[in-house]
Amino acid sequence: MKAISLEEAVAMIPAGASVMVGGFMGVGTPERLLDEVVRQHKTGLVLIANDAATPGKGVGKLFDAGLVSRLTASHIGLNPKAQQQMLANQIAVDLIPQGTLAERIRAGGCGLGGVLTPTGVGTTVAEGKRQIEIDGKAFLLETALRAQFALVHAFLADYLGNLAYALTARNFNPVMAMAADTVIVTAEHIVPVGVIAPDHVVTPAPLVDYLIANE
Amino acid sequence: MDAQEIIGRRVARELRTGHLVNLGIGIPTLVANYVPSDIKVFFQSENGLIGTGPIPEQGMAHPLLTDAGGRPISALPGACTFDSAMSFGLIRGGHVDVTVLGGLQVDAEGHLANWMIPGKMVPGMGGAMDLVSGAKRVIVAMQHAAKGKSKIVSKCTLPLTSSRTVDLVVTDIAVIGFPDGKATLMETAPGVTVAEVMAVTEAELVIPDTVPEMKI
Repeated sequence: MKAISLEEAVAMIPAGASVMVGGFMGVGTPERLLDEVVRQHKTGLVLIANDAATPGKGVGKLFDAGLVSRLTASHIGLNPKAQQQMLANQIAVDLIPQGTLAERIRAGGCGLGGVLTPTGVGTTVAEGKRQIEIDGKAFLLETALRAQFALVHAFLADYLGNLAYALTARNFNPVMAMAADTVIVTAEHIVPVGVIAPDHVVTPAPLVDYLIANE
Repeated sequence: MDAQEIIGRRVARELRTGHLVNLGIGIPTLVANYVPSDIKVFFQSENGLIGTGPIPEQGMAHPLLTDAGGRPISALPGACTFDSAMSFGLIRGGHVDVTVLGGLQVDAEGHLANWMIPGKMVPGMGGAMDLVSGAKRVIVAMQHAAKGKSKIVSKCTLPLTSSRTVDLVVTDIAVIGFPDGKATLMETAPGVTVAEVMAVTEAELVIPDTVPEMKI
């Protein structure tokens, strides 16, 4: 893990990059990183996130600034701007079931080619996908998802990069921290090694490439 | 008693001590207000919490403790938190005893459509497809009709949420079950007759010899 500034971290992300962003309706989202992505005007982003949050909050800021070219998410219903951009064909949107999204990312981070899930069988979600029967039950083959970057928000990060999360701000962060080539983390508190007990570390330090240093 | 309270009270009577329960947005959320005091259930919020409590007192909200709609909630003693993969492992893995979801249409076989209206409302399915596919028991809590049109239909015209059928539908005027895979009138709301329910229901209902009144 290397501690760097917000500006340096975001400068690494090229326009058009694929980026996973943690958070659920803007809770547990690395807001400072997104503010800097907007400031550096990184366009054409291929965004993977649970939802589109709301205007002005979480990944909603990326839609406000028109920086997204493609979105993979489970829900965008609470962000009218993202909906407008989708209906106007300014962004391509893949809407996928939330559990399938979590498992596809988990698979991507765990070296699996995909997962077999019953979710979506017999619905429009199944279109174009392989259906596989196991012991008489139908499953869809859902392929793994990875990204060039994961932007993760933790509650505690220690000096080595071990991470712990708080309450419902954990959500997609630990799974995304496994599934990207470069993992960039903001934390509410940077603490000495040992403050997070070994049993309470959720994301192990070797997964973290960059931690945003305090100013 | 208004329509939503009738639905909320009746659904709450389906819950049993020890159940792990996931409530959808809208009318289903109200169910938590009507759980009898002697019934102790665990409520899951799919953004990563078991042990969801009521809306916090004024000034007690925490920005990192929210429901699946991003609104502040509280956590009860014994609550636990987890990531999204675990949360949906619980849902798909059959560990959730009951899910209560809203509906746009339920058809005569029990298929549910509740996530999109093509060309009008395309919000995404969120967790609905996983919940219907994986929960042990699926209860739909919705108004019987919308804008004068029955939501209990012969065949869903809107995109299905799952190929798995639901177990029970509770509306403001009726409880409908699906024994033998056919929509069957199980109960009517107080003051509502069987004929009145049939008159506002598009789907053909099986009517048993006796149809008790809903206890709420």
